[in-house]
Parts: sequence; structure tokens; C-alpha cells
Amino acid sequence: MLTLYGKDYSSRLLLGTAQYPSPTIMAEAVAAAGPAMVTVSLRRETAGGKTGGEFWSLINGLGVDVLPNTAGCHTAKEAVTTAQMAREIFATNRIKLEVIGNPDTLQPDVFGLVEAAEILAADGFEVFPYTTEDLVVAERLLDAGCRVLMPWCAPIGSARGPLSIDALRSLRGYFPDTPLIVDAGIGRPSHAAIVMELGFDAVLLNTAVAKAGDPVKMAAAFADAVRAGHSAFEAGMLEPRDMAVPSTPVFGKAVFS
Amino acid sequence: MQVFIRGAGVAGLTLAHELTVRGASVTVADIRTAIAGNASWLAGGMLAPWCERESAEEAVLTLGRAAADWWDGALPGHVVRNGTLMVAPARDAAELSRFAARTGGFQWLEGTQVAELEPDLAGRFRQALFFAGEAHLDPRVALLALYDRLEAAGVRFASGRQAADVLERDGNWDIVADCTGMASRQAGLRGVRGEMLILHAPDVTLSRPVRLLHPRFPVYVVPRADHHFMVGATMIESEDRGPVTARSMMELLNAAYSLHPAFGEARIVETGVGIRPAYADNLPRMRRDGRRLTINGLYRHGFLLAPAMARQAAATILRDRLEVLHETHR
Repeated sequence: MLTLYGKDYSSRLLLGTAQYPSPTIMAEAVAAAGPAMVTVSLRRETAGGKTGGEFWSLINGLGVDVLPNTAGCHTAKEAVTTAQMAREIFATNRIKLEVIGNPDTLQPDVFGLVEAAEILAADGFEVFPYTTEDLVVAERLLDAGCRVLMPWCAPIGSARGPLSIDALRSLRGYFPDTPLIVDAGIGRPSHAAIVMELGFDAVLLNTAVAKAGDPVKMAAAFADAVRAGHSAFEAGMLEPRDMAVPSTPVFGKAVFS
Repeated sequence: MQVFIRGAGVAGLTLAHELTVRGASVTVADIRTAIAGNASWLAGGMLAPWCERESAEEAVLTLGRAAADWWDGALPGHVVRNGTLMVAPARDAAELSRFAARTGGFQWLEGTQVAELEPDLAGRFRQALFFAGEAHLDPRVALLALYDRLEAAGVRFASGRQAADVLERDGNWDIVADCTGMASRQAGLRGVRGEMLILHAPDVTLSRPVRLLHPRFPVYVVPRADHHFMVGATMIESEDRGPVTARSMMELLNAAYSLHPAFGEARIVETGVGIRPAYADNLPRMRRDGRRLTINGLYRHGFLLAPAMARQAAATILRDRLEVLHETHR
């Protein structure tokens, strides 16, 4: 069971709601994935604040916990304002905190991120910070009051999959008790399975499903991959060996040359 | 057959045309006093069913294929059949393959072929997709021409909310058609904000819409008369009608600039914000309930899909009429 800020979830997949061909297909993809939460972008999807009415009621009607995000915010101040707006609109203290440092790679500005996390945590928010795989930043985020960490595995929307397995592995090793969710960079189900096999608690994705040829089918494929990767992690996998090891003992065979 | 149509955007005017050529007597009323200002006024005017198919249902292609012929028939000389060119910045070249995998009706072009089609883009793109069967028109010129044509054919026009209400109440209408888009406040209809710019770039000449693929904001540049270009359009889940945001403007301008640096010297002649009416599946609907009929949800496909919707609507209206005639003569 995945526990995030005291609430239990049976799914280990978090799904974004942007970029689908239509809201109907988005809703079908969500139904196929059965995610723990859906993320919704407040800033990008709403030019004028509280005016996304119909789209937001569609999101609220999905019957899944909503995790609003601060996508597109470039400063701590912007992110804090957006989070406060999100709390009002979606009646939740959860916030996926994004503070973008580089407009091209959409790399998080980790300094602004820590600053905003402190403010929001003190204000009673349950902060889900989108961060890099940097260990020290992760520690600062935990000091700031975050109880979940969401490192990227590759730049947002790049579909490149886990680029730095060792860094992800060491993050997992350092924070055995903190829920770690890989956010951003996942392109295909095998990527999701890999990070789940590393022992990550969940995966958050959007583009890989929304921009697939058949988003609904892809949503189901990701749900399967996340389950498979997590079960494999729990089951305990073989470590790679340098030499072949036969599955049938050779000792005692009639002919042994 | 007396038909009252509310809404003088592309849905209302195409329906008026379909009904008029079938012999119905049509009155069109719009709450606006000028034809400008509705969502259709801000359209790109691309008749690009294959490009749209990449992110839209098959129905958009099926219903939209005949659009260029329809407009050509209704308004001869207004449709430019030069196709659509789809390019991507070098670092996003993979986006072209992704796009190509999701639709049809195109051919791959090399850089030299791009230069033959659009000399101003020579040397700027190594690869492109060319959708030869697509077309475009200037939506404003087309709406005004259609208006004139309808007026000449005897269609009566009224403007202002009060006039529309009085007409609807007092007229002896066989059919009342609601083509008012967002103003219909229909359940299940949502607004999708679109922002666009009109640029005047005397140094740039393009003969066809050029779409620039980019993983974060696909954008199109549609040539209009006298080196004017419509650059659009954002897609934001919001019904906010406020002015274009700095972010959207920057993104649109960046895209135009990366298409051709001479857009850096362009004048920004106009910025526009409109709200596209859309149902949850982003497909249009024609509904008939007794003498009331609605066409709505044209989303980003007004000029592409309005003709097919108008045809369907006119067919249901006049089929009924025929059935009634048969009954009375029996």
C-alpha cells in the first residue's frame, strides 16, 4: 500500500490530465489506469485564475484524488500564489510544487523550490516537490517539511527514461522511509517498470500517455508496468552475474565434458 | 419553410446557406451588431483535416475532407488550395516522425523541395511534411462574402439581443436553430481559450499555412493578404476572455521568429482572444428536438466542420418537410 501524507492508495501510478486529444479520452485513460491521483495544472490551463470551470468539474468528476500543480511557475512567489489558488479551487492541501529554473529543459530551480516548500509546508500544505535526483536538495526539502519527494528521471516530456540509475538508486538508499515518486522523463512502460524495480514508491507521468497513439491503451499498459515493477521489487530480483549459471544442476549428469 | 437561426458565426451562416439553396426562407439574428467579434472571426481558416487528424478523432477527417470543396462552391475564388507545410526545428525533428505516424495525406519533403514550395524558407528546414490536399481561406473575408451572398439571396439579418428575442417569439418559425456557440450555455459545453496574433511582415512571403511542430507549443502561421499573417493559436482550458497573456504572446512570437527571423521585424497588428465551444470529446453535435435544432461544439474546427454539420442539419430539416408534404398529399 502506498501511503502519502497519511492517506493510503492502492495504485502506484499518478497521472497528469494535460495534452490529451479530448477530455473524454483523458477520462477514459484515467479509468483505464486507475491512478492514485490525477495532477492538474492550474497556471497553464487557466489564463485568468478561476475560469477553467467546466474542465475542472470534469477533473473533479473523475472520482480520483486531485493533485494540483504549479507548472509554469518560475519563482517561489509565483508558485506559492498558485498553490494558494489551487487550495481554494480544488479544496485540497495537496500541491505538486514545481518551480522551473530553465525554460528550455524545464529543469527545477531547486533553490526556489526549497524556499517555496518551506513557506507552503508552514502554511499547512502537503507538498509534493518536483526535484532533481540531487541528494542534498532532497535533504533540504525534507527539512523544509516535505514528506514526499518527486525526483525527475529525465527532463519533462523528453520520454528518455531513467538517465541516471545510480543517482536514483542512491536516493532510494538514503531515504528508505520517504515515499519517492519518479516524476517526469518516463517515455514508455519499460521505463516505469525499471524505476519501480529500483524500489521507487510510485511513478507520475502525463505526456507518455496523453500523446500516445491510443492514450487509453497506453494508460493501461503503464498501470501494468508499474504493478509488475513493484511486484518484482517486492519479490526480490537476481543480481546480474558475469558468468552463465545454468538453471539445471550439471553435477551428476551422465555425460559431463 | 421558415427558419430562424440564432448566431451569425460560421455555424449559423453555413446553415443559412445550406437552407437557402434548398429553398427555405431564412432569418439570421446575432446578439452582436457587427459580424466581427465571434469565435469564427478569430479562426485560422485552415481547411486541414489531415493535420488535425493527428490529435483529433477520425470523424474530423471524415467530416472535414469535403470542406474545401464546399467553400469553393459557396464562395468561388476564396479557397487557396496550396496545401499545408509542416516543419520542425532541427532539434525537434523526431516530432515530425511522430506526427507522421498519426495521420496520412502527406509526403515527406527534403530541404530543397521545401525551398521550391516556399522560397523564403530555403535552407531553414531539412525535412518537412507536405499535405498537398489541404487548403485555406481568410475567414473574415469569407464570412463577409457569405453574409453578402446570403443577403443577396433574400436572407434577412437582425442584430442585438432584444431584436433576436422578439423575432424568435413573434415569428411563425418551422425551425429555430441555435448556432450561438458558447452563448448557448448548453450543458456539457466547455470553453477552450485561444489566443492569436496578426502580424504584418513585409519581408516574408508564404503561399500556404506553415505549421511549426514543437513539443510544447505547436503553432501555425497562415498567410493573409498583403504580407499579413495570422499566428495561432493557444489551447487553454479556460473561459477567460481577458487580453492575451505575455506568456502566450511570447510563445507565439518565438515560434513565428523561429520559422523565419524576418518575423522579428513584423508589426503586431492585432491580438485576439476567443473562446472555442467544445464538448468533452471535442467533436461537434447537431441535435434536433422538434422544431428546435442546435449546431455546436465546433471547437477548433469551425471552418473545417461547419459545412458538414450544416449539410446534416439542412438534410434533417428538409427531409421532415418532404415527409410532411407526402402525408398531406396522400
